[in-house]
Amino acid sequence: MSGKYDLLSEQGLRLDGRRPHELRRIKCKLGVFEQPDGSAYMEQGNTKVLAAVYGPHQAKGNQTESVINCQYSQATFSTAERKNRPRGDRKSLEFKLYLQQALSAAIKSELYPRSQIDIYVEVLQDDGANYAVALNAATLALIDAGICLNEFIVACTASLSKSNIPLTDISQFEEVSGGPKLTVAALPTAEKIAFLEMSERFHIDHLETVIETAMAGCREIRDILEAAVKEHLLHMGSASDFAKVG
Amino acid sequence: MQTLREFTRKTKRGNILKIVREHYLRDDIGCGSELCRECFQNEVYQLTSQHANKSTLFKFPHYLVLDTNVVLDQIDVLEEDVLRNVVVLTTVLNEVKHRSSAIYKRFNEIVHDRTRNFYVFVNEHHKETYADREPDETANDRNDRAIRLATKWYDDHLQASQSSKEFERSGKAATRVVLLTDDAANRAKAEAEGILVTTAAEYVKSLEDFPLLMDKLSHKTFDSEKNGLPQYPPHLSMKELLEGLRQNKLLQGTFQASRENYLEGTVNVEKFEKGILIQGRESLNRAVDGDLVAVELLPEAEWSAPSEIVLEEKNVYADEVPSEERAKDENEMLNQVRAAALSAERTPTGRIVGIVRRKWRQYCGILQPSLIEDTNRHIFVPADRKIPRIRIETRQAAMLQNQRIIVTIDTWPRNSRYPHGHFVRSLGPLGDMATENEVILLEHDVPHCKFSDEVLSFLPKMPWTITDEDYSKRVDLRDLYICSVDPPGCTDIDDALHCRELPNGNLEVGVHIADVSHFIRPGKRTGHGGSGPGETTVYLVGKRIDMVPELLSSNLCSLVGGVERFAFSCVWEVDNEANVLSKRFHKSVIKSKRAMTYEEAQNIIDDATQQNEIAKSLRNLNRLAKILKKRRMDNGALVLASPEIRFQVDSETHEPLEVEVKQMRETNSMVEEFMLLANITVAEHIATEFSECAVLRRHPRPPPTNFDPLVKSARYQGFQVDINSGLELSHSLDKCVKADNPYFNTMIRILTTRCMMQAVYFISGSLQKEEFFHYGLAAPIYTHFTSPIRRYSDIMVHRLLAASIGADSTYAQLLDRKSNEELCHNLNYRHKMAQYAGRASVALNTHLFFRGKEEDEEGYVLFVRKNALQVLIPKYGLEGTLYLKSDKDGKDGVERVKSEIVFTFNEEDHTQRCGDVVFHSFDPVTVRLSLDSSNVQHEKLIFRLVKPYIKGFSVETTTEGTDSQAVSAAPPSKKTKKDKKKK
Repeated sequence: MSGKYDLLSEQGLRLDGRRPHELRRIKCKLGVFEQPDGSAYMEQGNTKVLAAVYGPHQAKGNQTESVINCQYSQATFSTAERKNRPRGDRKSLEFKLYLQQALSAAIKSELYPRSQIDIYVEVLQDDGANYAVALNAATLALIDAGICLNEFIVACTASLSKSNIPLTDISQFEEVSGGPKLTVAALPTAEKIAFLEMSERFHIDHLETVIETAMAGCREIRDILEAAVKEHLLHMGSASDFAKVG
Repeated sequence: MQTLREFTRKTKRGNILKIVREHYLRDDIGCGSELCRECFQNEVYQLTSQHANKSTLFKFPHYLVLDTNVVLDQIDVLEEDVLRNVVVLTTVLNEVKHRSSAIYKRFNEIVHDRTRNFYVFVNEHHKETYADREPDETANDRNDRAIRLATKWYDDHLQASQSSKEFERSGKAATRVVLLTDDAANRAKAEAEGILVTTAAEYVKSLEDFPLLMDKLSHKTFDSEKNGLPQYPPHLSMKELLEGLRQNKLLQGTFQASRENYLEGTVNVEKFEKGILIQGRESLNRAVDGDLVAVELLPEAEWSAPSEIVLEEKNVYADEVPSEERAKDENEMLNQVRAAALSAERTPTGRIVGIVRRKWRQYCGILQPSLIEDTNRHIFVPADRKIPRIRIETRQAAMLQNQRIIVTIDTWPRNSRYPHGHFVRSLGPLGDMATENEVILLEHDVPHCKFSDEVLSFLPKMPWTITDEDYSKRVDLRDLYICSVDPPGCTDIDDALHCRELPNGNLEVGVHIADVSHFIRPGKRTGHGGSGPGETTVYLVGKRIDMVPELLSSNLCSLVGGVERFAFSCVWEVDNEANVLSKRFHKSVIKSKRAMTYEEAQNIIDDATQQNEIAKSLRNLNRLAKILKKRRMDNGALVLASPEIRFQVDSETHEPLEVEVKQMRETNSMVEEFMLLANITVAEHIATEFSECAVLRRHPRPPPTNFDPLVKSARYQGFQVDINSGLELSHSLDKCVKADNPYFNTMIRILTTRCMMQAVYFISGSLQKEEFFHYGLAAPIYTHFTSPIRRYSDIMVHRLLAASIGADSTYAQLLDRKSNEELCHNLNYRHKMAQYAGRASVALNTHLFFRGKEEDEEGYVLFVRKNALQVLIPKYGLEGTLYLKSDKDGKDGVERVKSEIVFTFNEEDHTQRCGDVVFHSFDPVTVRLSLDSSNVQHEKLIFRLVKPYIKGFSVETTTEGTDSQAVSAAPPSKKTKKDKKKK
């Protein structure tokens, strides 16, 4: 837990000027592409992610259940040093599995027997919390594609400063400065955790507060995403005159 | 929510990367002033009108903004409790942190002091004061601009809040903001922008109430020298240095000045085993001992050998340009060196071309009496001979004469012979016990300031009582016959023992250790501050620097007799052969029945008429201890000896009255045995419970070559010392007994001790299990558990043990391997320093004891060196060097022949021969002890030979006319030095 810097200054500001509980600035847009069935673009600080969804379409093979297929890749220009393999490396494969795991908790798969849903996520710029932003973008893309979800599935990261104050939504600078990292993917309304990952061990005394901080971050992100979805629908309009209802 | 604006920042690293980071600017950062009505204030006001700085330059209330250079250079001024209402910008704070972590630490202490009214203003994240770096602007210029911007903003901001009608009606003068900077360019720009600005020196001079503060100003330039001729070659710039180092044209290393010769030093470089020799003032080029320097190696033809002369700088005066005499001195030395170099073995020689990093610290020393009256310029002579004299300016010279003072170096310009510095503080009169103790503590980096209020606030409130909750959590052992055995006068009793017979015939033995970790909670500041955790109690003669506040060390934690105290107990069930059948640990409440001295305990054991519980328990303990000790010895534990002495100190004057060698009784060893047993038991337990992060102590086995001197000198005496294993060594040491010399065995053991390695703390996860071994105790695993009042390591062990038995909760840091490892480093360092400080204190008291005395004492030659005998005086446990020739042999051959005293050193059997007299190790000698006070800063104990008598060398045994003797038979070491100077 020792790093070069303390993640939180004595004046209560983080390295980039945020207070401990503050998220980075979030921008998002649904329906950025025409070709796929659903797509979304999401920015969380300097982490920028595109997501596209194809499906549901007929699954290959003789499957009775629905198949959720994810692909995670990172653009070669996304990091400070050029990345050689945009996909297929360990990290990407790991994230792919994690995405599948979290998303299958949200998608009402019983409605899509014998069909497959493909979710493609591309990180355009990497500034920490890639997995969380990728998952949030995927959620928006699924909504854009009109796939039934139990509820929004959102992810958020959290860390712990040396003075044991939990920090929400950590940036890459905070990640490399040696802070521990905890990622939670949750169904915020149901208060269910679909996925949880820790970069290192937290002491039992702190674990609960850090998870709670990450959950609070999830709830906040959910609200932002929900607003974005409504905004998007307003623009699209709908047969049932949704705009007037909104 | 707050407004957010996004900015990007680019930084470069080794292989030029563009790094883009977010930078949020906020509108919720308060200005910290009580005048302000607008800002969102999340803290108590730091800037108030109560403590105004009174300055003749600015005759209205004002706040100060400091530039980075002011903080870096004038930290001593800032540390004085004078300047208040200071706005500290984060720009400045970050720059200071980047430039010097030592000053950053000190500055942080000031900022944290609430009474000083320093307010940290996060200007870097304030949306009005953030300065984006412009193209072609250096980082430094940007920071200067940011500082000016913030100052300007502050001033305007305060104007705005003071422009209300109400304020005008109150009739108070408006508060302005003043920037202090020593950077001329920054100052000019600030003036142009309409900011009130001045230099630190001018501002300090303008303070009405503190005229003496001027002494503490750092002087970068002395007026008289501004146009003096350069006396040193210029240093290379940082860029050139780095370039040179990368291309291997230059070498980097730590500079070590020579103690004997002020014109010589070495730079330790990896490439050369012995380091690079630096000779001559210009080659040394203003390097000060400890600095990290860059060296250029000279061509091999110009290599030289270390000179073997002692060269001390003569009294010099501040304003003198290098006098002829001095130049002559230097030339002389260089010539000698060249001559010597022809014959002697040459070593790599180089010259210093630049300083990578200065390691200047505060130096302790005295002021040189000045020749001219009424001058402010003075020369400071550091106690450490490796440090050059320092030029300072002070107005209190008369007051500081004969005081030990602290001075720090500010700069060393090319045209000044000596570095410039400034006075920091005075320690007190020279030779005063308190002052000298202070010096010892400072030199050994022992934190010793008073406990801060913060630390004291964590102490339990008195009167302290044990609550029912405490009783319910702890095992009640108040009925047991527990007693403590300690040296006389001990107030910090941290261990107590008990032993009782169980119905099944076995014995129950308990070791109860003061439960310090109950009072000292993790995460709270505990020590004297400034060094992080890991302090230890330091024992000086007649003085104790406690690790924990006295309330704990001598009262609440101390297991005094007849009082209920918290303890951490380690209880074993043993059979009558001292085999441990079971063990348990628990926290407990005990009531020691009696606190005894070793002597009292011994008397009780020996007095057969005493049959009470305590006596029985002591006898049982004693019996078990003997078995344990024997078993330990059989395993190969070593009995080592050191010439330990104790001073009887006068309680009034604190001057030593008498010296006594520490006495060992059976009871000492009894307590020791059980402490060892407890330590080992606890070590085993925590090592299994925490395989990664347990704090343990190991004593590595010394390499066989370490034993060479021991084996050789023992062989001469006809004894064979086996060093193959601890067991063999221990057995062979036991056999080294001489009927006619009872002290012989002790001496052999003292010698053995010298061969040993240092025992160290470590973390269980950092080493293999086999390496845990404690050589001296022959224990496979060991730790420190039994003295938590005076050692921090024991507190750590207590916490670990408490966590493992569920008596206390764990916390994140306790289980963190990295932080524990750092802690161990600190523990080892503090432990070592505490030991050195203790020894220095004994030496100091020895000097005081011998002041004005001359004594003939019986002693033994402990060790024969090339040019000297190491003599041990058992009566005082004192050891010293009896010089036979000058420090550097060979040089004085001419003189020696003249006086016809030639000592020949035989390397084979380590003997010195002079005529018929041969000195071997362990030979008895009589020496005369006296104190050489010729150098007030370095008093020395001088040994002179009395018996065996060598004409012309030994002191005459007649007692009359000591004065004439002192002249005729001055100690050789001194004489030769003087002679050399005459040359």
